[in-house]
Amino acid sequence: MRADLEIIEKWIKPGSRVLDLGCGDGSLLAFLRDNKGTIGLGLEIDNNKIDACLNKGIDVIQQDMNKGLGNFETHSFDTVLLTQTLQAMHYPDLLVEEMLRIGKNCIVTFPNFGNWKSRAHIAFKGRMPVSDFMPYQWYDTPNIHFCTVRDFDDFCLAKNIDVITRTVVDNKHRDSAIIRAFPNLLSEIAIYHFARGEQGAK
Amino acid sequence: MPEFLPEDSVGIVTPQCFHFDEPLILRSGKVIKSYDLMVETYGELNAGKSNAILICPALSGDHHAAGYHSMSDKKPGWWDVCIGPGKPIDTNHFFVVSLNNLGGCAGSTGPGSINPDTGTWYGPDFPVVTVRDWVNSQARLADRLGVQQWAAVIGGSLGGMQVMRWSISYPERVRHAIMLAVAPKLSAQNIAFNEVARQSITGDPDFHAGRYLDYGTIPKKGLMLARMVGHITYLSDSAMREKFGKATQEIKEASLNLGRDLRAGKLSFGFDVDFQVESYLHYQGERFSETFDANSYLLMTKALDYFDPSVDYDGDLSKAFAKSDCRFLLVSYSTDWRFPPERTQEIVTALLKAGKQVSYLDIEADEGHDAFLLPVPRYMQAMTTYLNRVKQEVAC
Repeated sequence: MRADLEIIEKWIKPGSRVLDLGCGDGSLLAFLRDNKGTIGLGLEIDNNKIDACLNKGIDVIQQDMNKGLGNFETHSFDTVLLTQTLQAMHYPDLLVEEMLRIGKNCIVTFPNFGNWKSRAHIAFKGRMPVSDFMPYQWYDTPNIHFCTVRDFDDFCLAKNIDVITRTVVDNKHRDSAIIRAFPNLLSEIAIYHFARGEQGAK
Repeated sequence: MPEFLPEDSVGIVTPQCFHFDEPLILRSGKVIKSYDLMVETYGELNAGKSNAILICPALSGDHHAAGYHSMSDKKPGWWDVCIGPGKPIDTNHFFVVSLNNLGGCAGSTGPGSINPDTGTWYGPDFPVVTVRDWVNSQARLADRLGVQQWAAVIGGSLGGMQVMRWSISYPERVRHAIMLAVAPKLSAQNIAFNEVARQSITGDPDFHAGRYLDYGTIPKKGLMLARMVGHITYLSDSAMREKFGKATQEIKEASLNLGRDLRAGKLSFGFDVDFQVESYLHYQGERFSETFDANSYLLMTKALDYFDPSVDYDGDLSKAFAKSDCRFLLVSYSTDWRFPPERTQEIVTALLKAGKQVSYLDIEADEGHDAFLLPVPRYMQAMTTYLNRVKQEVAC
């Protein structure tokens, strides 16, 4: 089982409606359906991944998130998920606002660019980081909006987003006291569970 | 003619005629007292009667969806690419039912049938039938076949509209609704094309106010024109460029030819056919006018124009789906300009608003509206995958 699924699963209410933006092969939604009895829907643009969803009996809509989510009703889902995709979006801020509109709560996971390895790569090699985890060159990477844990914390504050839980892990999705102590330096993946703050959108 | 039957063909098939004596009250208020439906079935109905799939025909589609009527047939049924053993709608597992709708001209009761009230053929007096009326008659066919719930109801274009109506009118009788190249209702542009088709037919001097058979003739020219204009809307610009644009001595690149192949190799400087596309449309129109009935064509276009399930729900399609209990699959095709992807997406949005379970595929295809009838690999793959799940669900 993917380790991030185990973390996310705890935050999903049994029988709830879940929208997974960039759902890939649908394995997260299938896992939640089988373990939590959720009713899931995925958004995906890749033909082969869509086929994998249909094969699992996971409903999927072929739609490009960068063109908006206006076809989804306000609060039509309990939870809206975005895993490992935020940094590839044209307008991540607008997308998070849309997630908050459509879902009662949201879960976002992203690679933490503040991790010491990324810092060291730039500091000592003077080049954009390339790793097994993010194996792209600067010119062909789909990841166009990197941020750090600290950046995302600031973003949530500025946009009046209530962070319900923040989990920081290494690239194997392992949690540890030392990562929790220095999240921005040591974590490789950040997982946020959040909802709209009481004051509404800013 | 097939020299031998392909292994993935349903083979030689024989249509059956089902007679219904219970009067059918139409949306218009008129009544058809008794009627026949011409039907073909492929595959076997299982003991639990859970593996039946209904194919809803499009404008010119009839009951002959797959296989051959005889070894001298030039072509198989109209959706043979999709129906057969090992094909997406797999007759090794599913019991497939296909019919000619009321008002049609392939054996079901229609304008060419005898009106029991007058003792002569209906002609223009055949009542205007709507998609809702068709679906009601199909439900009676399901009763007759002993099918309480369809594993899936599938159709493209006008057929997709019947699928939509099934999901609204008979929510408990549909497990999966599969709609291809479909719109929630026609646009003014769509209706405009239909009106041109109707005017072509009714304006033909051989139409005789719809009683042409009394005069021993048919409005061949009018029906031909109607089909030609319809056919243009089924094809895409790119499909036409591909079909009629070969590399020539003068134009080495086919893509630069824009589909302007000449029929005789040179311009005639007259008003006869110069380009291949003209010749093709003439041929298609002519062939159609020999097999299709003009009054039926008028009825089909009206059924298209009138379709709008939201009328009973303050124009809100999502409310129409409130009671629907099936899962939905919708497919659109990128170069379809009759019902473009945005029109199909209107239905997807309404279903999402209604909180229904829906999947949607936006298929890249050059073939225009006709793509749903063609073996576009990505689309065939998705149909296969989706129906495999249906197969597992109904355990057939």
